[in-house]
Amino acid sequence: MRPTLRFLTDELINKIVDEARSLLASLGVEIHNDSVLSMLADHGARVDMEGHHAWLTDDIIDRALKTAPASFKLYDTLGNEAVNLAGYESNFTPGSTAINILDQDGKLSRRPVADDYVRYAKLMTGMHHIASQSTAMMPTDVHEKISDSYRLYLSLMFCEKPVITGTFTIEAFEIMKDLQLAVRGTAGELAAKPLTVFSACPTSPLKWSDVTSQNLVDCANWSIPVEYISMPLSGFMAPVTLVGSLIQHTAETLSGLAISQLTKPGAPVLYGGSPAVFDLRYETTPMGDVGTMMQDCAYNEIGKYLNLPTQAYIGLSDAKLLDAQAGLETSMGATLAVLAGINNISGPGMLDFESCFSLEKLVVDNEICGMTFRMAKGIEPRDDFPSQPLFEELIAEQHLLIADHTLRHLKDEVFFPGPSIDRANRSRWKEEGGRTLFKRANSEVDRIIAEYTPARLSDDVTAELTRLMETEARRHGMDKLPEVN
Amino acid sequence: MDILENISQSLQNGEPDTVAELTGKALDDGVPVKELLHKGLLSGMEVVGERFKAHEIFLPDVLLAAKAMYAGMEVLKPLMVGEEAATSGTVVIGTVQGDLHDIGKNLVGIMLRGAGFNVVDLGKDVPPERFIEEAQRTGARVIGMSALLTTTMPVMGLVVNLARERGLLGKVKIIVGGAPLSDEYAQQIGADAYCFDGMNAVDCVKGFLGIN
Ligand code: B1M
Repeated sequence: MRPTLRFLTDELINKIVDEARSLLASLGVEIHNDSVLSMLADHGARVDMEGHHAWLTDDIIDRALKTAPASFKLYDTLGNEAVNLAGYESNFTPGSTAINILDQDGKLSRRPVADDYVRYAKLMTGMHHIASQSTAMMPTDVHEKISDSYRLYLSLMFCEKPVITGTFTIEAFEIMKDLQLAVRGTAGELAAKPLTVFSACPTSPLKWSDVTSQNLVDCANWSIPVEYISMPLSGFMAPVTLVGSLIQHTAETLSGLAISQLTKPGAPVLYGGSPAVFDLRYETTPMGDVGTMMQDCAYNEIGKYLNLPTQAYIGLSDAKLLDAQAGLETSMGATLAVLAGINNISGPGMLDFESCFSLEKLVVDNEICGMTFRMAKGIEPRDDFPSQPLFEELIAEQHLLIADHTLRHLKDEVFFPGPSIDRANRSRWKEEGGRTLFKRANSEVDRIIAEYTPARLSDDVTAELTRLMETEARRHGMDKLPEVN
Repeated sequence: MDILENISQSLQNGEPDTVAELTGKALDDGVPVKELLHKGLLSGMEVVGERFKAHEIFLPDVLLAAKAMYAGMEVLKPLMVGEEAATSGTVVIGTVQGDLHDIGKNLVGIMLRGAGFNVVDLGKDVPPERFIEEAQRTGARVIGMSALLTTTMPVMGLVVNLARERGLLGKVKIIVGGAPLSDEYAQQIGADAYCFDGMNAVDCVKGFLGIN
């Protein structure tokens, strides 16, 4: 039995969804994009072009729900299946778009550069419990107009895993799409084997900006999957009650769904988000708040109820260092997320309200992910009944170390974490250098990067990716991309 | 309890009606406007600010206290002249061009208003020119800019340069804030201060305007 967690009854989900639908019909949603408004009007929505407003009827929402796929897969740069976003299958991806990186001393946070990004992408190849990469941080040694596309370029060049990403502007979509076309070859191939997911954020309350609504349209047209990242901030920009915030989240997400599905029925989407219970003492948006995590799991239940694959920013921490708070918030989130069956879990590696990325934390979080996957496999009877022969063997031999039963089931039953997790007795731990968690994780970062084997994209494809990126850089007055290897 | 202390206490409790009533009563009793303002209302707000910084009270408590302060100010306003009326100055705020993050900026605006400043909020995605024009038009003493994206931070430098070109630097103080900002960056672009949160912005603006 797969252990699962639920916060909401079907009855409460129904009430929340009904309430959200009636908000969309009565208050409507602000959309600052004329072509999106016209498109909605063409599909029967009442719109006010001057007021940038659309009212979405039940019929529009029903149509959107009907055409949205219940699941989809992501494929790596070589075209192999890598991530299944379906049912209760959980997959992890690193937290996204940090402003800073935690330096190798474990204390200072500083701006990342291209070299940091390359180290990250190489490290991701060895993170076996994290199925996709994300464009985790913004290299600052390139022109700011290309910093979103450049991180996708580096990811595609150095790691084969599919990429969770997003654009900062409408214009950057073009190059980010072209990079993907270079990898897949044709638009048809890209649609058949999605390589990326783009995050698109409504603005709470009930608003879509020109940029993000256009992103939805562009992604739908190219069959590039999107995840809607609605961010109600409970107690500030959303009701303080969890149910109230869930109503807002549902309305915002359904409005995004309507834009995607009316643009192109069947466009792949994730029912996602990044809500936070606003901390009214510190003026911050804590990802490690227990109510934040409960909301993530709960809207995922709503997504499942609506028959959509889901995503959440959970399994990350607001701590500034790789300390006990980082461990407790990350593992609490990751555990809840997997128990709830969230399909795309965005979090590992991230600290400080989604603003600081740590390679060492990524290594530790990879172990947390592995542990949660073991947990999700549950407790299953294997060769356990009848048990008498095994106990006879134990009594006779006084151990089961080399029993057939042990050898047969060891790998499936026991999860052995990597060396960043301390399992030595005190004397051995001292003998091995008495290292802190950060130091152990840091050694792992160095080891995995040293053992990195280059991504296997063909020379033609990498040449084309580089040509595209260099052209884009030149367009913004940058003659040369940073030297990386 | 002395009536001024009573006013300060009711303000701290977030009771607008009581503050308005007591302020009226104190006026009738002949308490001077200046004393009422400083020793009743602003001193109450000062305590609220300190308690918020010490995490003893929460943001809603600060906003309720600010509301109570305004209720008292409304009673005093018709009688305030010259220096008293100009206790606070105008602050022009906005989120820079290309950036749609306005939650932090809005919160800063709420806190500045709560502290008695006249806030002109230009919204988000604000072109550099607009900050300067509005500061000139309103006679603002402070321009406050917010940016949450590493890609939009450079716009702040453009605003500082424009302010320099127009001879505003020095006369108008420039503060900046937002997750990617830092003291160093503020210095690098020539801004007068980096503010890490709303209360810090209030303290900073007060410092610039010589309000204790
Ligand atoms: C005037 O003087 C002053 C003085 C002090 C000032 C000041 C001005 N301004 C701020 N302060 C200071 O005082 C305030 C009060 O304490 C504080 O303000 P803050 O704004 O810091 O604090 C607020 C009270 C609460 N904090 C916030 O409101 C920001 C939280 C995070 C999670 C965030 C949010 C909520 C949003 N986002 Co965005 N968002 C993130 C943020 C993560 C983070 N760590 O900051 C960040 C900033 N976002 C990011 C991104 C990538 C994006 N976001 C986007 C959109 C959004 C939402 C619309 C969903 C929403 C904003 C809603 C709104 N109305 O503002 C997109 C941007 C579109 C655009 N062109 O602007 C998009 C590009 C995502 C996309 N692909 O669509 C990242 C930036 C990465 C980078 N390297 O630059 C990010 C760090 C999250 C992440 N890791 O991905 C202080 O900084």
